[in-house]
Amino acid sequence: MSAKPRVAIHKFASCSGCQLAFVNMGAELIELTKLVDIAHMAEVGHVLSEDEDMDIAFVEGSITTPHDVERLKKIREHSRFLITMGACATSGGIQALRNNADTAEWMRSVYAKPEFIHSLSSSGAIANYVKVDFELWGCPVSVRQMLAAVRAFLFGVTPPNLREKVCQECKRRGNNCILVTQGAACMGPVTRTGCGALCPSFGAPCYTCYGPAENINVGSFGRRLMGLGLSQEQVLRKFASINNAAPAFSDAAKLFCSEPWMEE
Amino acid sequence: MSTLNPKRDIDIQVPLLTRVEGEGSLEFTARDGRIEQLQLRIFEPPRLFEKFLEGQDYTEVPHIAARVCGVCPIAYQMTSIRAMEHIFGVLEDPWVHAMRRVIYYGEWLQSHALHINLFAAPDFLGYADALQMATRYPEEVKRGMLLQGLGNDMLRLLGGRSVHPIGLRVGGFHRAPPKHEVADLVDKLLAARDAVREFAAWAVSLPRPVDEQDFVSVAIRHPQEYGINEGQLVSDKGLDIPFDRYPTHFREHQVEHSTAHYSMMDGGSYFLGPLARVNLNFDRLPQEVQNLAHDLGLSFPSRNMFMNVAARALECHLAIVETLDILQHYKLPTRPWQDYTPRPGIGHHCTEAPRGMIYHRFEIDRDGRVKTASMIPPTSQNQARLEQNLHSAVEHFGLDHTDEALRELCEKVIRNYDPCLSCSTHFLKLKVNRE
Ligand code: SF4
Ligand code: SF4
Repeated sequence: MSAKPRVAIHKFASCSGCQLAFVNMGAELIELTKLVDIAHMAEVGHVLSEDEDMDIAFVEGSITTPHDVERLKKIREHSRFLITMGACATSGGIQALRNNADTAEWMRSVYAKPEFIHSLSSSGAIANYVKVDFELWGCPVSVRQMLAAVRAFLFGVTPPNLREKVCQECKRRGNNCILVTQGAACMGPVTRTGCGALCPSFGAPCYTCYGPAENINVGSFGRRLMGLGLSQEQVLRKFASINNAAPAFSDAAKLFCSEPWMEE
Repeated sequence: MSTLNPKRDIDIQVPLLTRVEGEGSLEFTARDGRIEQLQLRIFEPPRLFEKFLEGQDYTEVPHIAARVCGVCPIAYQMTSIRAMEHIFGVLEDPWVHAMRRVIYYGEWLQSHALHINLFAAPDFLGYADALQMATRYPEEVKRGMLLQGLGNDMLRLLGGRSVHPIGLRVGGFHRAPPKHEVADLVDKLLAARDAVREFAAWAVSLPRPVDEQDFVSVAIRHPQEYGINEGQLVSDKGLDIPFDRYPTHFREHQVEHSTAHYSMMDGGSYFLGPLARVNLNFDRLPQEVQNLAHDLGLSFPSRNMFMNVAARALECHLAIVETLDILQHYKLPTRPWQDYTPRPGIGHHCTEAPRGMIYHRFEIDRDGRVKTASMIPPTSQNQARLEQNLHSAVEHFGLDHTDEALRELCEKVIRNYDPCLSCSTHFLKLKVNRE
């Protein structure tokens, strides 16, 4: 049989977008299958049990049910490296907004018969439950970063962890800063790069989809946004977006919250 | 051929359906010659998007709504944007309208090519998965991926990336693509013209089953164009209403035996998606696409459910033909979006997602924030029809077939709808069954 390293792609609560970004690689995907054996990926028709040993497990999605926790632990036991793929898996995703709300009440208002739902009251990052070897941020992930991670692990090295700000990428691309020139509420100064400063290159403000960058001062940046005319509540919502449960952003949300930001 | 006792106990479980978007299971039991339970269960945990949207600034809606589904983010962005534009009194200008069709066609082409190539073809050719099929049909699979990639290029031109594009905003687009980028894409589209015809011919030639069903097609119809993002909601049973009357004809409810929210139109099930669209709008296809259908010996309307594959293939051709037509006449606009003043109110809109019509209703308050949101995706609207389809297909086929054959039939029927189980707004989980 093949001696190629075995890779699995698992899904928890997510929009499937990170997996799709992976499938959208096209020709590069065929190249990748020459390097590794994609042993489990339901979307393309490969299903193995969680008890199969894997070299690399990519995990998409956040943990929202008791059964998810069991499944995740099994995956961890049987994987040499576990890599989170995207905002959902890495920080809990947009759906972590429910952690700060009355989930039971929400369920009742959305579903007439909420007793059918077995669900935890939170949406948790993978690292809240098991050890994670490497995190890939982004909503969706960058396929370039994903391939680089696979290659690095195959060569037995840890992939580079780039945590600089979107701003740096903008400078390298020669973009006009839309925050300075147009007063746009761009979150680039607190967001980690990886996307190539995509939104500002289109003239659109960054909305934090790659999560927090290194060494950020959320307090002074939030006040800067208020100086641009945003209300305190709007600043809160800017941080409490796609990566609302990432510690740096949930701290920021607490800072700009006029009512107590509900915890635990 | 049939040898087994149809009155035997049948218990078929497919705990994790493959080659569909998202995750779900098939549960099938029959006793004494009668189907007791036959359904597609969706175990995508609820992500409660309609609630997250409440209180958000209207400008954030396109980012948040997109995350419902990575497979059809344009459907969520475009439908919510248009619903809000109705509130703000924006009349879509022709440049914005045309570019919205281009990016939507990108999503269709990407999604349809992926479905035909990697999900449906292995079914019809008898392979367990796409990678296995690729060793026997390398050129075909490559061609499918090329078209999928072209769909992604169309998405990138206006949206910046293929999953959760960032280029759309209320009023239009953040950026007008520069001419050289448009010219590059036009070259690629021209080069793919033959490939897409061959792809369609191949899809149509796959040995597809016949499954004649009685169903009501529903789709958007437009006076001149193939209905995608503007028009009226029509059915082949006489429905013809503006989008804001959706709530008076369509109702959602939960049923005892299932986990999904079911949608009914005037009390009955209905069918959405490529076949429903082609059934209702064949005359709106460009002549070139109609000619291809004739050359391939296809005729519409059709009652054979598996013609859904052929309809999808024709729409791939359509996506390339019409996008070329639009982009070959591309002109830079003075500005890629229109101005408006936010104001409070309620707006409704429908568009055609790759899998069928999607309906959004947004209520905006006087501070420009979302008061309530409702988003009804095609897969949940198709759920009642899909279950009826499963029952009648199995009854017609006969319970005297092996479990294996019955399972294969059910999987084919389900996959034919290309259900997208990721749109978790309107599904709920009853039971997780993976062991
Ligand atoms: S991180 Fe974003 S793109 Fe990836 S699965 Fe989650 S919502 Fe989808
Ligand atoms: S600019 Fe910000 S929101 Fe846009 S893609 Fe990059 S990280 Fe995501």
